[in-house]
Amino acid sequence: MKREQIGLSLGLRLLAILLALLFTVMVLLLSGAPPLEAFRQIVLGAFGSYKRFTDVLVSWVPLLLVSSGLLITFTAGLWNIGIEGQITLGAIATTWALRLLQDSTLPPALSLLLATLAGMLGGAIWALLAGALKTFGGVNEIFGGLGLNFVATALTLWLIFGPWKRPGIGSMSGTEPFPQALWLPVLPGLRLSLWALVPGLLAWGMVFLLLSNTYFGLRLKAVGKNLRAAYLLGVPTWQHMMLAFLLCGALGGLAGSFQVTAVYHRLIPAISSGYGYLGLLVAMLVNFQTLWVAPVAFFFAALNLGSIQLPIVLKLDSSLSGVIQGVLVLFVLLLDGVRRRMERG
Amino acid sequence: MEDLTLLLGFAGIFAFSAPLIFAVVGETLIERAGIVNLAVNGTILLTAMAGFAVAARTGSLVLGFLVGALIGAAVAWLIAFSSITLKQSQVAIGFVLTLLTRDLAYFLGNPYMGLAGPRLPSWHFPLLKDVPFLGILFFQHDWMTYLSYLVIFLGWWWIFHTRPGLILQGIGERPAAAYARGTDVNRLRYLYSVVGGALIGLAGPTYSLSVKAGWKGTISGLDGLGWIALSITIFGGWNPLRAAFGVYLFGFLQWLGLVLQPRLPGIPSQVLQVAPFPLMILTLLLVNIGNAEWVERTLAALPDRWRHFLKRLLRALRANPPASLGVPFEPE
Repeated sequence: MKREQIGLSLGLRLLAILLALLFTVMVLLLSGAPPLEAFRQIVLGAFGSYKRFTDVLVSWVPLLLVSSGLLITFTAGLWNIGIEGQITLGAIATTWALRLLQDSTLPPALSLLLATLAGMLGGAIWALLAGALKTFGGVNEIFGGLGLNFVATALTLWLIFGPWKRPGIGSMSGTEPFPQALWLPVLPGLRLSLWALVPGLLAWGMVFLLLSNTYFGLRLKAVGKNLRAAYLLGVPTWQHMMLAFLLCGALGGLAGSFQVTAVYHRLIPAISSGYGYLGLLVAMLVNFQTLWVAPVAFFFAALNLGSIQLPIVLKLDSSLSGVIQGVLVLFVLLLDGVRRRMERG
Repeated sequence: MEDLTLLLGFAGIFAFSAPLIFAVVGETLIERAGIVNLAVNGTILLTAMAGFAVAARTGSLVLGFLVGALIGAAVAWLIAFSSITLKQSQVAIGFVLTLLTRDLAYFLGNPYMGLAGPRLPSWHFPLLKDVPFLGILFFQHDWMTYLSYLVIFLGWWWIFHTRPGLILQGIGERPAAAYARGTDVNRLRYLYSVVGGALIGLAGPTYSLSVKAGWKGTISGLDGLGWIALSITIFGGWNPLRAAFGVYLFGFLQWLGLVLQPRLPGIPSQVLQVAPFPLMILTLLLVNIGNAEWVERTLAALPDRWRHFLKRLLRALRANPPASLGVPFEPE
């Protein structure tokens, strides 16, 4: 890439951020809210104290896992919208395993390990389901995955209000919390668990290596760029797609598993918390550059956490973070198109 | 008495399905032109909120519907612009927009949550309303329901029985050939995007000002319907008549779920609410599986009688998308 191209690319990125800010200010003015105060609350909400900063890291973990996984499916040319359900199934499988193991004589560490593996398996199975629907049933993965997301939500609700309901009556607050021995240890006084943070970072690094430094990553790229050509060159195409689904589903499942073992310590109705869709936005924004996943996911996590303050302080809906995230990705995509148009002349 | 309740229940399906009809026929027009508008779900939410908010503020129902149509057209135009002019992925832009419009709906709609607002009055069709049986079924609703009937037939007639409709089919199937015959493919794609988008934009206000009056934020029960509309477009084989059949069938099944629920106490209501989605996967599987290679191989191994029957069944169900759906066209 020539120097002026890099300059143009960087300039357009900055412009995208500026336009996204401008749009958000307009939205805030439209709803009669003071924009500067809203932004201040978001920044305070995310970075106002050391504890808040570590809370951002708590939601950074699932986002990091999910976005890294989605880069694998994106590389294979797949839109794994079913990621949301894969997170949910990971949480369900982990809860199931912990329920089975909590009365056993196994040491808690082993129970947690098994439950985590069960979560990864649960997410992977749910992803393979979407993959099978695509490769053997001709159902586009966007629709198959989306349908499966809703099924996963229904499954969660059914479990919470049915077989796994709290003693007495089931409620939206979720299943009975697990005994503290089965919680992933957190840093003293905080909600952050290094036992979730470190695997999250490791997974990100492994996906980076997998996609940039292995033969498998190269073949995955071939499948994603030109399915027919890859097939003719002897790459087993559907097997690669299924493998991409499997890996992404396992990472999504791991994210869901940590939501149970490190954050909520039980199964709640909205256990996936929209991290799957947000991860798709992150993956689109970094445009196949795995290294950028971590900072972008961190920024998005900070927005999410910061906007929790909005309903409390300003009586605004916390969906503002979604507006900022969405409009940022939108402008980046649009300006990327403008750049390509300029380069073509 | 029992019969009348049943009949009124059936009649309700036609009124309740009107929004989905608008969305599905709108999407069919856009996809026939070769563009995928994936933002339907968010568009319905945002237009439902905006239509209600505008109507509640101004007291004008017409303005509410107009704002909905304008927003729907604008979203669809943006997808056309980024895919035709900026050569960006339609799926990517559509997906971002569906999330963005949804969050905008929830954020901007916050002050209007649970407010009382105007509602489209029912208007019984003179003369036709008194036809026995059919009168109650079709003609004792409101204007948007009647408009939905019209949209089905106009859409169908336009695509399959007019010259511009023939050209529309051409730009979705073989844009290069249409271009060679002097059609401005991309201009028409813009046009159909905007028209179809405006139709999709009517779906939201039809919910919030008629069949599910009001705006209740995340519990409005509208989230997900746009995805249903997108799959019914596929199920309908890009034909407004077959798509309308799909919408009414879906409405019927939902109604059936409501009626049967008291008799199935073991199933929590939350589960029945999402029942449409496994159904969506199943129908997509049915219309697509005939295209799969392994199915053909399996069929070939079956005894003749079975094979012919299954083949005919799969062919009847099969839906083939316009050949250039989602493929950008560059005139050279």
